[in-house]
Amino acid sequence: MLVARRDLRLAFRKPSQLMQPLLFFMIVATLFPLTLTPELSRLRDAAPGVLWIGALLSSLLALEFLFRDDAIDGTLEQFALSGQSLTWMLFAKTCTHWLLTGLPLALSAPVVAAALGVSAGALPAILAGLALGSFAMSLVGSISAGLTLGARRGGVLLSLLTLPLAVPIIVFGADATQRAIAGGDIMPPLTMLAAIAVLGVTLAPLAAAAAVRIGLE
Amino acid sequence: MLNVQGLHLWRGDRHVLKGLSFAATPGQCVLLTGRNGAGKTTLLRTIAGLLDPEEGQVSWRGAPIRGQRAEFHAELAYLGHEPALKGDLSAQENLEFSVGIRRRVARAEIDAALARTGATTFADRPARTLSAGQRRRIALAGVLLAHASLWLLDEPSTNLDADGQELVAELIREQISHEGIVVAAVHHPLTLAAGSVTALELGAS
Repeated sequence: MLVARRDLRLAFRKPSQLMQPLLFFMIVATLFPLTLTPELSRLRDAAPGVLWIGALLSSLLALEFLFRDDAIDGTLEQFALSGQSLTWMLFAKTCTHWLLTGLPLALSAPVVAAALGVSAGALPAILAGLALGSFAMSLVGSISAGLTLGARRGGVLLSLLTLPLAVPIIVFGADATQRAIAGGDIMPPLTMLAAIAVLGVTLAPLAAAAAVRIGLE
Repeated sequence: MLNVQGLHLWRGDRHVLKGLSFAATPGQCVLLTGRNGAGKTTLLRTIAGLLDPEEGQVSWRGAPIRGQRAEFHAELAYLGHEPALKGDLSAQENLEFSVGIRRRVARAEIDAALARTGATTFADRPARTLSAGQRRRIALAGVLLAHASLWLLDEPSTNLDADGQELVAELIREQISHEGIVVAAVHHPLTLAAGSVTALELGAS
């Protein structure tokens, strides 16, 4: 809890870093109508892809900040030596990270979706899907963020490591959004997303802690 | 209480620690000396459990630290090269969080520790506006607040003025008079009571 409170306070002292992934997502999503076609019916078909690729790219951008600052200034080292569970502390950090980057992104998604011509009825399902999906992405990403700690300029490596793990998330996520727009049954893909998130909650913090310990060597 | 036995450790293809052994009992200070790159930091990080030695082991209270990591770390304060301070937080906030993850700590206790290390005058400024020496004083207050029986200090007096160096020596004297153990890597000689100090030179072939 204390770790989460500290990260929240830090984030609000430096709001520009907080806004960056969200802005990136909005820019990507609004550029599509300009480059593709202004025709609403065709935009609506492209909406799932636009939303999820935008979300994926912006979470990759945000993941770089997950552990990097703490690794540079020695805070992670002190976490590892505090006698408390590193797993829980990293889980708290990852959850805070999602609260600050993934959740705002999911909340802004209905606005973006509406701009892409998606009908109002599909918006709650899109929000739910992106909230679950971005949470899963933060968890999966925490492993790669931990693994790339030791690497200088690990940004590219971080993306490469996260992408294969994130593929199932965007496949099911985009499917859920597709079904929501078409008015189909969204529960099967949403359940899969939830399953991935639960798997992430149980395994990712353990793996991230192991990765961070290696990174500190 | 702290027992280091036959440590061998490689960094890349360099054999840094070559069969190093020593022991420290409560009330004792071990001063590590040696040129740059002799392995002082490596040794401290190995004792802390951040690095795993290829051979040999570190024991605390008679048992290897690998099997009792949480218990060992609860009794350990490590001061590394980086003071682990967040630039956007004040000294008080920094300590509130960094000590807070170890144990419950009252505001008055933090203020007392900051006063002890001469950091009161700049305690409410964001850490990024402080000099390296001032940040080190805050980090030293963190070491005090950890209430640890084992201190691992990596060049504790770096960036400190003459007063600060005397302060470090004083804090170490206090710690060993309270039956604590200090292992410190130093470049400047520290004036400590003879008898309680063991000097260990690394990298001497």
